[in-house]
Formats: sequence, C-alpha cells, structure tokens
Amino acid sequence: MSDKKENIRNFSIIAHIDHGKSTLADRLLELTDSVAIRDMEEQLLDNMELERERGITIKAHAVKLDYKANDGKTYELNLIDTPGHVDFNYEVSRSLAACEGAVLIVDASQGIEAQTLANTYLALDHNLEIVPVINKIDLPAADPERVAQEVEDVIGIPCLEAPRVSAKTGENVGAVLEEIVKLVPPPENHDDKPLRALIFDSIYDSYRGVIVYVRVMDGSIKPGDTMRMMATGAEFNVVETGYMRATSLEPCKCLSSGEVGYITASIKTVSDARVGDTVTTAENPASEPLPGYRKVNPMVFCGIYPADGADYENLRDALEKLQLNDAALSYEPETSGALGFGFRCGFLGLLHLEIIQERLEREYNLDLVTTIPSVIYKIHLTDKSVVEIDNPCNYPDPATVDFAEEPVVESHIYSPPEYVGAIMDLCQDRRGNYEGMTYLDADRVDLKYTLPLNEIIYDFFDVLKSRTRGYASFDYEMKGYQKATLVKLDVLLNGDMIDALSFIIHSEKAYPRARRIAERLKENIPRQMFEIPIQIAIGGKVIARETVKAMRKDVLAKCYGGDITRKKKLLEKQKEGKKRMRQFGTVEVPQEAFMAVLKLDD
Amino acid sequence: MNNIGLYIHIPFCASKCPYCDFYSFRSDEATREKYAEAVIRELHSAAGKYGRTADTLYLGGGTPSLLGGNILADIIEAAKRDFRIDSGAEITVECNPHSLENGIFEKLKAAGVSRISLGLQSANDSERKRLGRRADRSEIESVIKSIKSAGIDNISLDVMLGIPDGNIDSLKSTLDFCISQDVSHISGYILKIEEGTPFEKLQGTLSLPDDDAVSDMYLFMCEYLDSHGYKQYEISNFAKRGSESRHNLKYWNCEEYLGIGAAAHSFIDGKRFYYPRSAEGFINGITPEADGEGGDLGEYAMLRLRLTDGLDEGELKKKIGISIPDNMRKKAEKYAADGYLVSDGQGIRLTRKGFLVSNTIISELIY
Repeated sequence: MSDKKENIRNFSIIAHIDHGKSTLADRLLELTDSVAIRDMEEQLLDNMELERERGITIKAHAVKLDYKANDGKTYELNLIDTPGHVDFNYEVSRSLAACEGAVLIVDASQGIEAQTLANTYLALDHNLEIVPVINKIDLPAADPERVAQEVEDVIGIPCLEAPRVSAKTGENVGAVLEEIVKLVPPPENHDDKPLRALIFDSIYDSYRGVIVYVRVMDGSIKPGDTMRMMATGAEFNVVETGYMRATSLEPCKCLSSGEVGYITASIKTVSDARVGDTVTTAENPASEPLPGYRKVNPMVFCGIYPADGADYENLRDALEKLQLNDAALSYEPETSGALGFGFRCGFLGLLHLEIIQERLEREYNLDLVTTIPSVIYKIHLTDKSVVEIDNPCNYPDPATVDFAEEPVVESHIYSPPEYVGAIMDLCQDRRGNYEGMTYLDADRVDLKYTLPLNEIIYDFFDVLKSRTRGYASFDYEMKGYQKATLVKLDVLLNGDMIDALSFIIHSEKAYPRARRIAERLKENIPRQMFEIPIQIAIGGKVIARETVKAMRKDVLAKCYGGDITRKKKLLEKQKEGKKRMRQFGTVEVPQEAFMAVLKLDD
Repeated sequence: MNNIGLYIHIPFCASKCPYCDFYSFRSDEATREKYAEAVIRELHSAAGKYGRTADTLYLGGGTPSLLGGNILADIIEAAKRDFRIDSGAEITVECNPHSLENGIFEKLKAAGVSRISLGLQSANDSERKRLGRRADRSEIESVIKSIKSAGIDNISLDVMLGIPDGNIDSLKSTLDFCISQDVSHISGYILKIEEGTPFEKLQGTLSLPDDDAVSDMYLFMCEYLDSHGYKQYEISNFAKRGSESRHNLKYWNCEEYLGIGAAAHSFIDGKRFYYPRSAEGFINGITPEADGEGGDLGEYAMLRLRLTDGLDEGELKKKIGISIPDNMRKKAEKYAADGYLVSDGQGIRLTRKGFLVSNTIISELIY
C-alpha cells in the first residue's frame, strides 16, 4: 500500500528573525478557529516568557489546525514552529524532519537575509517543498515584486505567484493556507508497516511525566501498546495518544502514519525519550530506526556555579530539567579553586548560553556565577599526542605544546553595500579571512569570511548589528580547525591566581584584552581594607596590571540618639552584602566583576 | 535609677539646606506655637509615665532658635520642672546664625541654657552659599560675640568636610576661624549625600572631593584640632578638656534618653521607640511607635567604638557584666596588625585611620 493521506499536511515556517514568523503563525491559528478570540494573545506559540520578551522562538512548537479549504474538504494541518536564530539550527533541523513542506517567509522590505538562506537550505536538505510567502506588504518600504524576483534569482524557487500578505493586518493570509494545501505534498500512507515515529521534541510535565512529540512515519500507535525507544531499548506502556492543539492537548484513540501528535507513557526521565530517537512497538518492532538528526555538538563552553554553594544540588536539578527539553545543552560537574562546585556546560552559541543562564535564574530562582566562554581547542603536544581543551584550566604546560588549533566557522554576512567597509573592518579585527563577496542585487551583498569561533562567541553579532544600524544579518557553520598561536591568560588578585577567570586567546589579542580585563576588574572590585594588585599574566609573565587602592572611607559621620536601629541595620546589611561576594584568598569579588569580564564589549 | 538625657526635636527651618535629610520643614507661627504646646504636654505625660530625672537637655532640629526666646524658655522651664533638671545640668540649644531674634541668648541664659550649638558648616562664604547657609562670616562672628556676652561660654560649631569643591585649604581656613573664635567644642562631619535630598539629584554635577581627598581632610582635621587643644573624643567630635557634650556621650555610652517631638527617638527601660515623622501627628497626640529592644552587646560595642575611649573592658563589665568575647578579639587582631585599631588589656579602640573605615570594622566585629 503506498497511497497518500490526502487530508494531512505537515509543514514548518522558516524565516529570518523578525520577518514575522510568529505573527503569521498567530494569524493561521485565528483563521482556522484554533483559538477562541478571548484566548488569543500575541506570539501564542512562544509560550516561554523569555521568548515573548525577546521576540524570538527558542523551542520548536507544534500545533494541529483544522482547515476547510476552498475545495470544500477539511484538512488536518500540522504546523511545527521553528526558531530563527543560528544558534538554534538544530531545532530547525528537528522540526523539518517531521514535515513535507516549509513556508518560507520573506520580508517585503528587507528581502533575503542570512537566515532566510540558511533555513531554506536546511529545508531543501530535508527534501521539503518550499512555499514562499512575501510578508509585511503593509510597510511603506515594501517592494514585493523586487523581493519575489530576488527569491527566484537567489534561491531558485518560483516565487512570482507567491502570496503577498501582511501577517500584522491579516491581509491575504488565507491564501497561505490554500498554498499549503496546494503545494505541500500529503504524507505517504504507511499504516500497514511496523511503527516508526520520530521524536522531534519532548517536554517534562510533573503530572504525566515526559510528553513525547512525534511524527508518525510508519504504522500506528495507541494507548495500551508497549512503545520501545529504538536507541535505548527502553519500553513503556502507552497511557495516552493525542494531538497538540493551540492551547491544550487533545487525546485521540490512535496516531497513525503521516500524523503529528503526542504520546504519554509515564516516562520519568527525559533521557529515556531522546529527541531524534525512533519510537516503535514491542509487539511489532521495526527493524531499522529512522535516520536521526545531525548530532548537535556544543561549541561554546563555560563554567556555571551557584553564587551560594548551598545551591549546588538545585543547580544540578535545574540543569537536568532544562536538558530534558534541550538536547543541545550539555553539562558535567567541575570544581574550581575559586568558585567551588559547579558545572562545565556546553552550548550552541552565546545566545543559547545567555538563554540557559536566564532560564536558570528566572525559572529556578538561582543566583549564578558564569565564567568566560571558551571553544574547544586542539592542542598538539610535543609527544605527538593531541588534547582537546574546553576549559582554560586544563591548558597544558606551554613547554609541552607543539602547536595549537582553534575552530573556525564559515560565515555569511548579508548587508546593504554601504556597510561593507565597516563589516570588513570588523572581520579584520576579529582575525577573519576574506573569502569573497557576491552582489545579490544592487542593494545587498553577501560577504563570505572564515572567522575563528572564539572571535564571534562574545559579542560579534551585537557589534555587527550596531556597526550596520541593524541592517546586516549573519549566519555561520562550522568549517573545521586551523592552526593558531594561542596563549592562556591568567588573572591574579593579590597574588592569587583565580582559575575561574583564566582564558585562552590568540597571542595577537592578548595584550589589549589583558589591559581591558584588568581595567574592568578594577572598576568592579570594591575597595577593600588593603591594596589589591590585579595582574594578568601569561605563564609567569605579567602583561597587564592595575591596582584597587585600599578603602579609606566607610564611616557614618553622624550618629546620635535619633536612629540607632537604622544605623544598626545599615551595618547589618553591609555585612550581608559581603556574604554575597566571593572570597578569593583575602580578596572579596562581587559577581558583577565576573559579568564585567565576560561582557567586554563597549 | 540613672539620670536620663532629654531630647526635644524642633522640626522647623527657615529654609531647607540641600544636603539635609533631617525631619524639618518651613512653618507658620501658629503651627510653631501649637507644636510647642504639644511638646510641653508630652513632656508632662512622659514625666508621669517614667518618673525619671534628667541631667542633660538638648533642643535640636531643625532650627530650635526659630521658635524664639520666649517659647524656648517656656519649653525649657517645663522640662526642668517635669524632669527635675537641676542647675548643674547641661542644656544645649541648636541655633542657626541667620536671622536670630535680638536678645534671644539672654533669654536662653535666664532659662538655664549652658551650651549653644551653631551650624557653621563652613567659614568660607562661597562654600556656605553652596550649602544653602544664609548668614555670612561676619554675621556669625557677631552671633558668637552675643552668645558670649549673654554669659554662655560653652559653644559648639558644626563643620562640614567634603563640601563640593572643598579641599584641605578651605577646611583649614574654616578650622582657623573656629579656633580664632575660641569656641569650646567642634563637630566635624563628613558630608554624606543622603537619599531624596537636592544634593542627591545634583550629585553628578557637584564636584565632590573623592574618598581619598576626604580621608586626607579628615586626618588633617583631627591632627590640626588636636594641636590646637581640641581633643578628639568621638569620630566627629572634638572638645577642649571638660567641654565634651555630656548629652551626646549618653548616646555613645548606650545610656537612656527620652526624645520628645516629631521623629524623636527614645531608649528607656531597655526599649527603643520613636514618634512618627509628622509634626501634625505629634500636635494631635499621636503615640510613639515601638522600635524593639536595645542595649545588647552588639549595639553597645557599635556605639562605644565610635569613641576614642573605645570598647573598654571595665565599662563593659559594669554595663553588661561580661568581658570582650574571644571571637570579637580575634577579629580585632586582624585589624590591629594593620593599624586600624588597638586591642589591649584595656579594650578595643579604633585609630583615626580605623574611624574612617569604621563601618566595615564595626560590622565585622559585631556580626
């Protein structure tokens, strides 16, 4: 049997950040009456507080829409939302694997941007049918004809007939649904085969355990079946199957091939339901799993420590919970002489790092100290062995190092031509290697650079945005390793080395960076009862130095009968404040000092 | 029962100085009169309630002198009567040298006032202007003359350190002025930018001397006054021998005092309490609010360490019946090594360098 499930369409929406993906999703939900008007709020699918605040999508979200098309038939449309930012490409990849088509949104005023292309190529890699949509036609600067031509020229997909819509006003959004029905192929009917369902997401629910989001490729699954995870072999008794609705979960009797839905089976740990794994049944197991996703490797690492050592267990629990929903997050325990017990965590990029940090702080109410992010360096030793270092503390004795390699990325920067000079300066400054420049049209160039990853993980994107007034867009992918002259910088406070502040850097950058770090530390370490020398050293050689002078004045000049209680409280508060600082040898360092070193951009 | 100190708060000022966060405001005559009546009423009821004798009386503010000699004399007489204050008591009135009523000091002297505290802040007219002080140097000179000719010899001048654009030279000229006036007592305060004051809002535009400069000024002041016969006895207070403020010493010795008036605080029978910051409420008979217990070792140490005599073993034994605890001694030794304090058989005493960072040291020692 190889007929099709004619009434089902599975699709994602892909777009460059800010091109209106979440707004269009909102309109589609409204048009299909998936949400009661009174429940409608903006960016409905972005239900994480952080997503709404930052206006970005971090996690994939899925929702089933019922759509009565112009042909009179009712279709089951499964929308799987995707993040836009480069850090989250793996999430995009997960979503796309569960679909047959992708709606490509292009801003009618901005045209193609870096992530438009990156995400389109990802979709084409998954053999998806692309449904182009020109959005934001309500903008005064909108030029849908030019943008449609650009899509045809640059991406090579037919676009001249693409719907011109305004997700904001709702204009012509209905045409998008029609296009989805028309262009996205229905899934194959493989109901007669053994079950194979791809896990594209999972969330942890304290009542039901792990809720597994799947796309069923072959066969079917229903409550009472014994599901088996093909990677781990773990088996669970299926409690419930159902569909994701916009604001709730809707149980169903059975999920069959072509459908998108959820399964609950009292699964206690997320590691038992790994995203990318294939679900089959113990009763009638499939022989081969579905191809998994491209494995995501963390590229940026940093130490995360609880500000209060007593929170170590809480931090571990929180990381464990976050990892349930975020396969790209990795962590393992580490110990720092300066910071005590914490975790070495791996992230996809700096945005990912920031988001995890914010979620830990907000959702789990933790006070954290984060160390300087690092990438993975390959250090070739004179004995011909190679060590991989993601923690500066493990940097080998320079005398044993033959040479070192650092990871580089191939990056594309899209920008109006007038900013090319500024971008080139920036890339030059970041040790970039110019690879070429292509004019996409008269208003837009594609600059190709090879850049060391450690040059872009701190603040590259922010600086790029500010130097191009927000016009440039940026995307990158790992290219490999290249030789680099690296040094490890150590920070000494009052003569004691603070391991948590050490970092690895290209030798060319060592001096200016060392000076700025010393300055920043000086600004952020309060004066104490003695003078504190701040030294930045390579090996034993000090290359930058500042001094925090001894505190001289901290006194209540006036103290009479009036308010003894208040004065007492003031002293008490002062003492409390000191407890919140980290004690390094004799020196007390506030958390802000760590943050200041982390964020050197100015 | 020990004699207590009696404090009366007069929350009125002719104008508000931009650095001041004390409870004070401009007022009309009727309010001032009603307020004075309320003070006399509260004095009487507190006397009945506590049945205590006072041996110091301090009228502070605000600007008590704004009430005028007659009203002040009425209040002082009432206090003397109710709290059996005898002629040997120290009775202080704070005065603003500007727009004083003629003959006020004669009236105060007749009422038994033995000490006048004048808010000088600076003897340099340009600095005085920045601080919102109205009188000029010559006016102050004549006020001091009239205090003395009224027969009040114990005069204290308030001096401020760390004034915008101030430096050691301008401080020295102010101190020279005080010395030349041969006053018996000088209080030297480091300016603190208080929340909600005009100075706080202006902070960025005021060119305030930095911590190092102010610290140097402070050390200079201590030495300079010392060399001119003014002995330091508290972080901010200097006196010729025998002219230390007996009333204020009660605070630092953790002794009992009763405060009458809006925003006035009391410590009596182990309890702290205060009248709310409302003159209207005070006039209408609002009752004081409790502010917990007082007088434990931490509090006693915090106050005593402000004195040059420091936390004295003998006094501590008398007051609380214990010796300085080992852990406090141990923490003190760390600071002693760096010259911030002296810790010996007599007790723990902060040095001048230690006074400058006394918040850090005291909070470390007592918590």
